[in-house]
Amino acid sequence: MTTPADDRDADVIVVGAGPAGSCAAIAAARAGKSVILIERGPFPGSKNMYGGVVYPRILDELVPSWWETAPVQRWVVKRSTMVLSETGALNIDFRANAWGAPPYNGATAYRPDFDNWLANHAVETGARLVCSTTVTALLRDDKGRVRGVSTDRPDGDLRAPVVIACDGVNSFLAKASGLYPHTDASNYTLGVKETLALPKHVIDERFGVRDNQGVDIEILGGTGGVNGGGFIYTNLDTIALGAVLKLPKLAAQQKRPEQIIAELKRHPAISPLIEGAEVKEYSAHVIPEAGLDMMPTMVADGMLVAGDAAALCLAAGIWLEGVNFAMASGMYAGRAAAEALDKNDVSARGLSGYTDRLEESFVLRDHRKLRKVPHLVLSDRVQHKYPAFVSGVVERIFRVDNPTPKPGVRRIVREERKKAGIGLLDLLRDGWTGMRGFG
Amino acid sequence: MSPTARIERDNAWPEISFEERIGTAEFRIHERAHIIVDGDSCRGCSTRECVVACPANLFVPTSDGGILFNYENCFECGTCYLVCNKEGAITWTYPEGGYGIVFHRT
Repeated sequence: MTTPADDRDADVIVVGAGPAGSCAAIAAARAGKSVILIERGPFPGSKNMYGGVVYPRILDELVPSWWETAPVQRWVVKRSTMVLSETGALNIDFRANAWGAPPYNGATAYRPDFDNWLANHAVETGARLVCSTTVTALLRDDKGRVRGVSTDRPDGDLRAPVVIACDGVNSFLAKASGLYPHTDASNYTLGVKETLALPKHVIDERFGVRDNQGVDIEILGGTGGVNGGGFIYTNLDTIALGAVLKLPKLAAQQKRPEQIIAELKRHPAISPLIEGAEVKEYSAHVIPEAGLDMMPTMVADGMLVAGDAAALCLAAGIWLEGVNFAMASGMYAGRAAAEALDKNDVSARGLSGYTDRLEESFVLRDHRKLRKVPHLVLSDRVQHKYPAFVSGVVERIFRVDNPTPKPGVRRIVREERKKAGIGLLDLLRDGWTGMRGFG
Repeated sequence: MSPTARIERDNAWPEISFEERIGTAEFRIHERAHIIVDGDSCRGCSTRECVVACPANLFVPTSDGGILFNYENCFECGTCYLVCNKEGAITWTYPEGGYGIVFHRT
């Protein structure tokens, strides 16, 4: 049994007021614990960037009727997957206007708005939010157990029996605790994004939506030889357009991130969507993409790790989710911390209710189910050969080349496969991996 | 412009300069550099991943084989130290609380 120190400033210190940290703070505060929520930016969300879509369903458990107050730009009612070859594009669209009404599905939102809103809920629930404060180290007792944090404020040490590290993808606290076995660049991608301003009615017309209906487009191909993908999301009067680029490939390719975005914008399938738009903000952030294969140990004596800091980010091709995993893991961490405090055991074992909850919920079950997908999607064949192959097949199927008779689909597939340099066995193997990988 | 001119890459509008691009983001600059680059390590580096990958283009090769580095317009993304293959060449911490990149609220 561990006895928490009685010189505590709070029961729980949460580092980082992003979606994981705010949900951890709400959960712990709601369980009656005193919480300090530390944010290094001038306001929550000021350091945070993503593509643009959040799936907030998990907030049912923390913020009742969240959709009435959440700073949503548009509700996604159309999901498109776009496969780009050099000049061609195959689009697969799905539309569901029902997603634009409760209980909703995905929403576009600006992170500085969304994260600030969520942190305000943490404050309303009783957490003490401290902004403009960078945590510089962990405080430990003589047995090495985490007992608080040092900050860059004068006399800035803060003590608590439990620290929840929600300090984002770089996760210096988890690394300082030795919870990350290794930091391999190939586990990460760089996301770069332009926020492009256009009048709302222009966006509505170009994307075929009305009111606060939004569109989510994931793009395979078009990233200039760098493994990754592109995205386009509609906000009310801006379009978020960006690319996600595998770090070692980016560095090896000798092509800079903004050049890749600039080329993507000039693709004939994309340029009509964004023509005339003004760059309102350029932004960049790193994404943990390797899922289970890079996840750290999430529990130590006196400490839990959640959100991007725990690499809880699902980058599985057609599913690109992170904020929901952050919110859920934060919530479970906050609950587990409160439970451990009630039992008066904040050792790693006392806090293990956290990993139990992650295992039982979608957080780790989705990651386990889709474990192989991120590798497949970022593999060289899928990235560099399949877009041209798929586009070539569809182009020839739809091309009417009279007086030449139609060649037949099987022949087209065979010829285009050879033209793209894809072996039949490789195609079958990837198809099989895909079928199994997507569960 | 004739309709056939747009079959390939669309060059109908000019691309903004890198300075204009980075100028759209807000950086609150602290006097302390939060990234330290060890010039000696860089001089022996032939690959220079940071020069290509940094989205803020903060690493510039110099004629004497070193790296000129500027921390001020940093997105704090971490790309540079992740791609760097020289142990200890890039020392990376977060800037002082309240400083650095501030993404826009509506």
